Amino acid sequence: MRMTDIAALAPFIVLASTAIAVMLLSAFNRDHRVSVFLTVAGLGGSFAALLKSAQLVPHNITSLIIVDGYGLFFIGLIALAGIVVACLSFGYLRGRKVNPDEYYVLLLLAVLGSAILVSAGHFASFFLGLEILSVSLYSLIAYLRSSERGNEAGVKYLVLAAVSASFLLFGMALLYARLGTLEFIKMAGAGASLGNDAMLLAGFILIVVGAGFKLAVVPFHMWTADVYEGAPAPVAAFIATVSKGAMFALLLRFFWHVELYKYPGLVLLFSIISAASMFVGNLLALFQQNIKRILAYSSIAHQGYLLVAFLAGGKESIMAVSYYLLAYFVSMLGAFGVITVISGKEEDVDTISDYRGLAWRRPLFAAVFIVMLLSLAGIPLTAGFIGKYYVMSAGAGSALWVLVAILAVNSTIGLYYYLRIVAALFSEAGERVFRETPAVEFFAGIVISTLTAILFFLGIYPAPVIRIVHCAIAGFL
Amino acid sequence: MIIVWLILVPLAGGLIAWYSGKRSASLARYISVLTLALMFGLVMKILLQDSAAIGMNIYGPWILEIKQEWIPQIGAGFHLAVDGLNLLLLLLTVFLGFAAVASSWTEIKERVGLFYLMLLWVLAGIIGVFLSMDLFLFYVFWELMLVPMYFLIVLWGHENRRYAAFKFFLFTQAGGLIMLVGVLGLYFIHGRQTGQYTFEYMSLVGTSMGRLTELLLMSCFFIAFAVKLPAVPLHTWLADAHTEAPTAGSVVLAGLLLKTGAYGLIRFALPLFPNASAEVAPGCMVIAVIGVIYGSIMAFAQTDIKRLIAYSSISHMGFVLLGIYAWSEVALQGAIMQIVCHGIATGALFIIAGTIQERTGTRDMGRMGGLWETAPRMGAAALFFALASLGLPGLGNFIGEFMVLLGSYRVNIVITAIGAAGVVSATVYSLWLIQRVFHGRDVNILKGGDLAAREMALMAVMMAALIWLGLFPQQIFNISQPALKNLRVADASSGAEILARKGEGDSRGGNIREGFRQ
Repeated sequence: MRMTDIAALAPFIVLASTAIAVMLLSAFNRDHRVSVFLTVAGLGGSFAALLKSAQLVPHNITSLIIVDGYGLFFIGLIALAGIVVACLSFGYLRGRKVNPDEYYVLLLLAVLGSAILVSAGHFASFFLGLEILSVSLYSLIAYLRSSERGNEAGVKYLVLAAVSASFLLFGMALLYARLGTLEFIKMAGAGASLGNDAMLLAGFILIVVGAGFKLAVVPFHMWTADVYEGAPAPVAAFIATVSKGAMFALLLRFFWHVELYKYPGLVLLFSIISAASMFVGNLLALFQQNIKRILAYSSIAHQGYLLVAFLAGGKESIMAVSYYLLAYFVSMLGAFGVITVISGKEEDVDTISDYRGLAWRRPLFAAVFIVMLLSLAGIPLTAGFIGKYYVMSAGAGSALWVLVAILAVNSTIGLYYYLRIVAALFSEAGERVFRETPAVEFFAGIVISTLTAILFFLGIYPAPVIRIVHCAIAGFL
Repeated sequence: MIIVWLILVPLAGGLIAWYSGKRSASLARYISVLTLALMFGLVMKILLQDSAAIGMNIYGPWILEIKQEWIPQIGAGFHLAVDGLNLLLLLLTVFLGFAAVASSWTEIKERVGLFYLMLLWVLAGIIGVFLSMDLFLFYVFWELMLVPMYFLIVLWGHENRRYAAFKFFLFTQAGGLIMLVGVLGLYFIHGRQTGQYTFEYMSLVGTSMGRLTELLLMSCFFIAFAVKLPAVPLHTWLADAHTEAPTAGSVVLAGLLLKTGAYGLIRFALPLFPNASAEVAPGCMVIAVIGVIYGSIMAFAQTDIKRLIAYSSISHMGFVLLGIYAWSEVALQGAIMQIVCHGIATGALFIIAGTIQERTGTRDMGRMGGLWETAPRMGAAALFFALASLGLPGLGNFIGEFMVLLGSYRVNIVITAIGAAGVVSATVYSLWLIQRVFHGRDVNILKGGDLAAREMALMAVMMAALIWLGLFPQQIFNISQPALKNLRVADASSGAEILARKGEGDSRGGNIREGFRQ
């Protein structure tokens, strides 16, 4: 271990030590403000550290961790998303009767796990990262112990994540038995001589199953809506963005390094998963009355869109996935941010009827919410539009016309349920009287307005950000 | 820079109107008028300053243009340009903008500031659509103009507004996405051939491609524009949206939004895909004529006054489609004339329908009758615009329909003959409208009296415009002619046979225009 290794690892080290620091601190002095401050500082420090590590790329630390522009881009995204979630959680937890401090420890660990995932170049680090993330999420989902739905969601997630992890392990074992290596890069060479080997293919498919659970793509999506609904709103935001985004980034790296695009069977499998996710996600979202569930199903559909870009392959594919995830992070965090802020002290305000007339009571909130939803729907001038453009362009560039056509159809279906929420915001208040919305926390207000500004910036003048993403992923190819 | 102002002024004016609307509703109204006056000044500046240049075509294809990098990585530029074609549409936009503001003066009582924000933003989006010469930018504006329109319908519409607004948004969004697929296809084909990936209109015109590819891409564009136009069978959103929208919304929808579809066909679909367009032209002309006949039959069957006018729009836009696909100069001039005159006449009819609804509380013609007794001024105005829209000689619509038929006669006699029957059927439903609403026994449901001075002034201006267009159409032709020539030259360079096929029609057209001049 040389000094440069430590410098390159700095983002991880900062995250891990902040988690320990928050944990130790809460043993002596339970102060919500200090905990959240330390957490945000740690995440910010990690972000600052990765700017430093960016000068060292590409840098492999043993064969486990690959510090490259691609990974660092996603670590940056994850760290910033972590800051957003932490700020939102502050106001959310303050009103509730729980000890908030451990929440931040878990959050930091989940961020650490995700960061390891996106930098993993080896099955060991892949699995370690995944487990750190999952174990933190079990507790985060069920953090509000008095909430029945929260506990149910936590257990559901625990069982399913454990099952998916065993699929994953089985797949890894098969691959190791056949290829004799756990390193992504070496697999490509070892696999090339084997051709269409059944055991090899089975291994890859099992890995896809395991990853599919985390991504919540059809047919591994069953848990999503229940978990989103039961989890505290900021945690749901975290699952929707960081957890899925990290898994997706890893999957892309895995596919790329192992050169899985050469296996037509796998490509076909992903095409089917992509189309099914788009249709099932969007169609099921049409029937939901709960906004968190709508967002859950819409996130399934968004994974389907992402898979279109994923399948395109090539440089454009990575660009499209990166930009789309960036736009998706901003919009999803913003949408969940509004839900978090509006939720009262007792339970989350999340049915559509709860939101009736919000535009007249809290016009600013409603405006932000509408902008986030329109971004998810991919309306121009928002980040989501450029993201959608990139995905469609990647698909069209690789002549995946069927998938692109399905995407176009699904965008229209998707628009319907987003518009349903928008229309509800403007309608007269229903029978259920709208609860008094609490005053907005200072942090949450800043975070949400920043997200809105970023969203417009990404949508109106994306050129500088595209340049940054280009630089970041340049070394990956 | 003046082009950018055309979009910035309504955007900013909308924000100011919205902000001042919190203090005083009438302030918001005056600010909207002021904004439109400013836009009018800008358009007139282009028109007057460069009117000589328009005729001589000394600036090359564009009278004015602005071209900036926007997203260089994907080859999307910020390219706005004015030529004779969209200059006319800009004039129409501002003119109907005034009409929309004036017609909503008393109708909109709640959230007035927000209403004018949305109205002015729709106009900004529409102007963006007319000016964009970059396909990516065009798509952005194309989608963007839907959002404020959706809010106009959903917030200030009538009983069934949510359904109508959803249907409108989803139909046009679906069409738009299909167009985006087509745009991407064209982008990649052009990029692979030349190595230059760009959405720039002038570069993409003339891209050569295989027959089937061209047909597929053309249909992507065609579907998007046909939804907007609307062409049967993609028209079902129209009647709901027009009927449920507030008056100003109906005016903008019928007068401007439909025109973006026609404009898209003229500007993009045909010049970008000349061979495929020539191939499908007979089919499109059939669709157009079906629209003409179907629209008038449906209009005749309506009891809701706004629905009747909405269906008549389908019929009239059928003529536009017919003229576009005849693609001879006479027919195109006729289509443009029809675009402008239909915008004014139908806009005025929607305004009258709006005032009737405001005063009687219903749109059901079965409950009306004899309104002429109590509101002779309203009756006279309605009669005038009904006559205009049925194509009375001396008014602009006549010139438009006549020239479309004249131009398409050279191309296909049978289709044109059937289309001409549509003119006759227009007479039936237009007079039927007048008959049911204004004649017969006075049922005394009118509250609030005849048209007020403000409304009369608005009607008078719109009447004057139609008479002027009917008597001096050459002024319009002079503006649009060089632009059309450019479009058709650009077209012909890659599809020479079209020019050969249509050349004969042109010389005829020249003579006819001489005839009009006298």
